[in-house]
Amino acid sequence: MSKDNEILEEFTSKEYEHGWSVNYEADEAPLGLNENIVRWISAKKEEPDWLLEWRLKAFKTWESMTEPTWANIKYPKIDFQSLRYYSAPKQKNKSKDINEVDPELLKIYERLGISLNEQKRLQGIAVDAVLDSVSVGTTFKDTLSKLGVIFCSFSEAVKEHPELVKKYLGSVVPSTDNYYAALNSAVFSDGSFCYIPIGVRCPMELSTYFRINAANTGQFERTLIIAEDNAYVSYLEGCTAPQRDENQLHAAVVEIHAAENAEVKYSTVQNWYPGDKSGKGGIYNFVTKRGICAGNHSKISWTQVETGSAITWKYPSCILKGDYSVGEFYSVAVTNNYQQADTGTKMIHIGKNTRSRIVSKGISAGKSQNSYRGQVQVMKRASNSRNFSQCDSLLMGNNCGAHTFPYIDIHNATSKVEHEATTSKIGEDQIFYCNQRGISSEDAVALIVNGYAKEVLNQLPMEFAVEAQKLLALTLEGSVG
Amino acid sequence: MLSIKNLHASIEGTPILNGINLEINAGEVHAIMGPNGSGKSTLASVLAGREEYEVTEGEVFFKGKNLLELSPEDRAREGVFLAFQYPVEIPGVSSTNFLRTAVNQVREYRGQEPLDAVKFLSLMKGKMKLVEIDQKLLSRALNEGFSGGEKKRNEIFQMAVLEPTLSILDETDSGLDIDALKVVANGVNQLKSPDKATIVVTHYQRLLDYIVPDFVHVLFQGKIVKSGTKSLALELEEKGYDWIKEELSGTSA
Repeated sequence: MSKDNEILEEFTSKEYEHGWSVNYEADEAPLGLNENIVRWISAKKEEPDWLLEWRLKAFKTWESMTEPTWANIKYPKIDFQSLRYYSAPKQKNKSKDINEVDPELLKIYERLGISLNEQKRLQGIAVDAVLDSVSVGTTFKDTLSKLGVIFCSFSEAVKEHPELVKKYLGSVVPSTDNYYAALNSAVFSDGSFCYIPIGVRCPMELSTYFRINAANTGQFERTLIIAEDNAYVSYLEGCTAPQRDENQLHAAVVEIHAAENAEVKYSTVQNWYPGDKSGKGGIYNFVTKRGICAGNHSKISWTQVETGSAITWKYPSCILKGDYSVGEFYSVAVTNNYQQADTGTKMIHIGKNTRSRIVSKGISAGKSQNSYRGQVQVMKRASNSRNFSQCDSLLMGNNCGAHTFPYIDIHNATSKVEHEATTSKIGEDQIFYCNQRGISSEDAVALIVNGYAKEVLNQLPMEFAVEAQKLLALTLEGSVG
Repeated sequence: MLSIKNLHASIEGTPILNGINLEINAGEVHAIMGPNGSGKSTLASVLAGREEYEVTEGEVFFKGKNLLELSPEDRAREGVFLAFQYPVEIPGVSSTNFLRTAVNQVREYRGQEPLDAVKFLSLMKGKMKLVEIDQKLLSRALNEGFSGGEKKRNEIFQMAVLEPTLSILDETDSGLDIDALKVVANGVNQLKSPDKATIVVTHYQRLLDYIVPDFVHVLFQGKIVKSGTKSLALELEEKGYDWIKEELSGTSA
């Protein structure tokens, strides 16, 4: 057996670390999806009528749509009637004060390495913890509110800041946008809400940690981030789920609005349960993420490290509407065993002198399929806009696939669009070279893969860059560090 | 230190080494010469543990240990170093980071504490002078976009940092101009010590003007057919490898 194969063997035998689940008393919606379920969720959350109407409209839209089939992924048809659309741990009190959250729930997060205790938290990171369908607590709310920064669960925002939610909800990703966005709009249960007022540079990283615990339950969260003029925020999301034989659905929507001269950095470390070695189980991750650079000189930057999920369908995008606005997309997507990822971005240049940069690094191993799908669109009035795309694929072994689907659509002659792509294989030569210097094969692969993904990992906030490196290592154990 | 007995090795069923015998003691420099395809680089690769080569017969002992039973990384950790003929590029990984990982894995194997960044840097600084390598080169990705000379110099630098007991230089002179050759040779000479040994694999005697061997062995068709001192290399230079071939066919006829 060649060295490559041996490493791959080792690497495929790695178990998912966050595969446990806990039993807690849950407040659940009945199985299946119909108008009454939508009403049930809305009532459960004591929502205002306008939001219920908005949901019902989205549900009608969803019913009229069909599942998209253009992605390079294969999976059995999802039976939307066999799923549960709401499941929440029964909390003894509904206080959103982090110090009064049920200790049993806090323990779940402790076990994931996410301490919600503000004293124990890393200074400089505020966390919103979402468990199945609800947010169980948000840290550092008081510190942030002194600056006028609103960071809370989506449900709370609906209650406390309805004018903001009403103004921005669906403004970047309308409920009619696509099949999964429509579904999410109808049944979303919670998520995070951030608002950074004019001129405020948010002093800490804001983050949301999503955890699916319940079986047969989909998670449909919505995140809305608004950065007013001259505001800055860096936001990070992380996610895990128990190891289950059935596939579970996760269909989220993230909307970002950046006003004049605002900057939003959005980083994701996605580690949903990927399924077992034979491809059984795992999360179906159908996510719509989009930001609008509404004001001039605004900037939105997406960074994602995608290591989990059986299926990833996700294209964090930027609408560059303001003149001189900047969109960035940095991605590392790792697939192993039978995982399938179809991910990339869309950069829509509308304003003049807009710039976008795409750096996508795919890593495929096992029998997985990894696709980059990206669209660069330059509209008629987007004079002097520029795009640079770099799409690299790294293959490990002979049974995986890497695919690139770039779409380039230019309507302005003064614009410049560049696309570069490479495909490489981790060579036995590279591994042997490392071995000959005393480095084990496992660490050699880690070194090589981290070197390959470096440009993207460098974009992550420091604390998470280290985590992401470790995660790459774990996902490709026998292969990343 | 190194004892090779009746070593046979093949690649994909084709025999390349056909019974090599070689004894190397501490403090010695041995040159292995021979025409193209005689098995020089194969011998270097087999000693380092490259998997494509199958050892079909014979044994190799290094400091009393059966070398052939050790994994390539353990051979390195025991003190075997191969300066590659074609060093590979590892994009995104700086030479510094690579070498620190290597040094610390070797130290761990030997039961030593890992070096922290500061200690490692000062170790590196000292060795940089020795082989006249520019710090800029070391902050770049390993061998990526390096010239041939820079790659070879980096190999010698790694050797200096890892302080191996047995260094094998596989055609380190190939692709080097005379100035680069002198720098590389100078580095190797600086690292010579009574408790270490060096094997210099080369096609030309040119390198041996700068790294003076104690013994010269001529490899032909996977066997050492002639051994001698530095003068043998000069004789080869003068008469060419055909002389060896003729002499061999003469004796067998």
